[in-house]
Amino acid sequence: MNQINQRAAQVSAQLISNKRVGAYHHMSFAVGDLAAQALPGNFVAIAVGGEGSSMVLRRAFAIYRSTEKCAEGGLIELIVAPHGQGSRWLTSLPPHSVVDMVAPLGTHFGIPTEPVRALLVGGGYGSAPLFGLAELLKSRGCRVDMVLGASTANKIYAPLEGKRAVSSLTITTDDGSTGIQGQITDVLPSLIEENEIEIVYSCGPMGMLEAITRVSERYGILHQAAVEESMACGIGVCMTCVIPVRDEAGVPRMLRSCIDGPVMDGSKVVWDSKRIIPEGTFGA
Amino acid sequence: MSFDFSTTLGSAALPNPILTASGCAGSGKELSQFFPLTDLGAIVTKSIMIKARSGRATPRMAETPSGMLNSIGLQGPGVDQFLENDIPWLASQGARTIVSIAGETVEDYAVLARRMRNLPGVVGLEVNISCPNVENRGMVFSCHPETARAAIEAVRKNIGGELPIIAKLSPDVTDIVAIAREVADAGADGVALINTLLGMVIDTNLMLPKLAQKTGGLSGPAIRPVAVRAVYQVHAALPKLPILGMGGIANGRDAFEFILAGARAVSVGTATFGNPTAAISIKNELEAILTEKGFGSVEEAIGYAHREVAP
Repeated sequence: MNQINQRAAQVSAQLISNKRVGAYHHMSFAVGDLAAQALPGNFVAIAVGGEGSSMVLRRAFAIYRSTEKCAEGGLIELIVAPHGQGSRWLTSLPPHSVVDMVAPLGTHFGIPTEPVRALLVGGGYGSAPLFGLAELLKSRGCRVDMVLGASTANKIYAPLEGKRAVSSLTITTDDGSTGIQGQITDVLPSLIEENEIEIVYSCGPMGMLEAITRVSERYGILHQAAVEESMACGIGVCMTCVIPVRDEAGVPRMLRSCIDGPVMDGSKVVWDSKRIIPEGTFGA
Repeated sequence: MSFDFSTTLGSAALPNPILTASGCAGSGKELSQFFPLTDLGAIVTKSIMIKARSGRATPRMAETPSGMLNSIGLQGPGVDQFLENDIPWLASQGARTIVSIAGETVEDYAVLARRMRNLPGVVGLEVNISCPNVENRGMVFSCHPETARAAIEAVRKNIGGELPIIAKLSPDVTDIVAIAREVADAGADGVALINTLLGMVIDTNLMLPKLAQKTGGLSGPAIRPVAVRAVYQVHAALPKLPILGMGGIANGRDAFEFILAGARAVSVGTATFGNPTAAISIKNELEAILTEKGFGSVEEAIGYAHREVAP
């Protein structure tokens, strides 16, 4: 049986609300029953620019939260950073606008069968998928600690309702405008030691994910990373979002971050592979 | 009287003229969640090579105005795995499959052609002699009449008459008609027009080419007029040579434009990246347009823009 894109569908999703939060927009879309299919770590792909747009590619966004039943039916919520032409178009939409959305896509964070002590690490708007994950982990009896980092205070996304599932929240900013001045990796070792962390979940820029992998390997703990690679389609047909990931024999293979990711085993990813194919890659 | 949506590409009979474009439909599995593959005239596979290929380093993609650059570099599992996994799966779906093959040498094309005999569900062979994402641009077979001919002859000798051979040509030549004539003489049953155009984007923040391998193939609506021109020119010069048209087809009107220029069928590529069901919408829109214009069949509309009109 075909497993690819199995839970995905293409829907006309109505924008229910669009609120500015710091440097980002919190956007809620009515998607009906599809919301029930979404799991933390999954993403959506949205067509941008409207009919006849010169932007021919979809934009991918991690799902912040999905709610099965509310007044508008099922909701999928996103945190969007308006830093490109497509995301600026999206964040400028008024409520009741309808967008063409394909969802849910990609792999999701793996949930342990036994309660574990988990650390969730988010960089910038990469924190978005971690709050739904925190709630799910907590409902399974896990202890959840969280650390969020960004360049400056208004790029930390940490809504009040999101924090409820978290036992502790540590914030770092490069400029010290809020929380601890420095980077996430400065505080990771002490958080892992103090809270006796058994698994790290992360989402954010690739450099940060690479640094987290080094720390988690030093402590011998699992690291599930949601990678960020630019995509053209989000559904596995274009082959542009590939990253080298080691298979069981240790051979790097160019895997699609939309289908074999975005959530991957951090220890298997060959980080630092921008602009090169690692030596020994399958088919190189 | 019912409308006849069927068409042919050489000996391949297709229920409708909408196909996927090579490299834009994955293995078929990715799209099958969104529509039954049998709804399309045929599925054209990614270009299969003899050995597995990692493809090129990332970044591999840059969006451009009404288009995109890609430099995938023919990433794929190699012919053995393709025949073991992809072909049986496509056949199990009932899909009509056109296999795209690509070689680094003339001998590669011969070897690949031999492997394509007697495969379930396969109705044709697209011979990619025009991928721009190869290490040595001098090796783009379709950029030179002699190499284009050699590659197609190698396929012809090794496939016999059982499958139509469609040679996919590059628009990056001075005279595409001359290349089309050459491959037709060498035994091609048709031509696929056009592959991507070689392009470049420079990242002005990094002040370096955006793609890791610097250049990539330009696709999408930005190249459509180039493609329509190529189809029109080749159809004018070689009216009996079947043409599979492609290049930025995003809706039914665009598909109709290619058919008017002389294409017997069209492939949908980049539009699928923006919309997984693009090919189905294009098919439905094309049927509506042809009917509305009073055509009783696709056949009647092929090359209709070439007719003499009194001044």
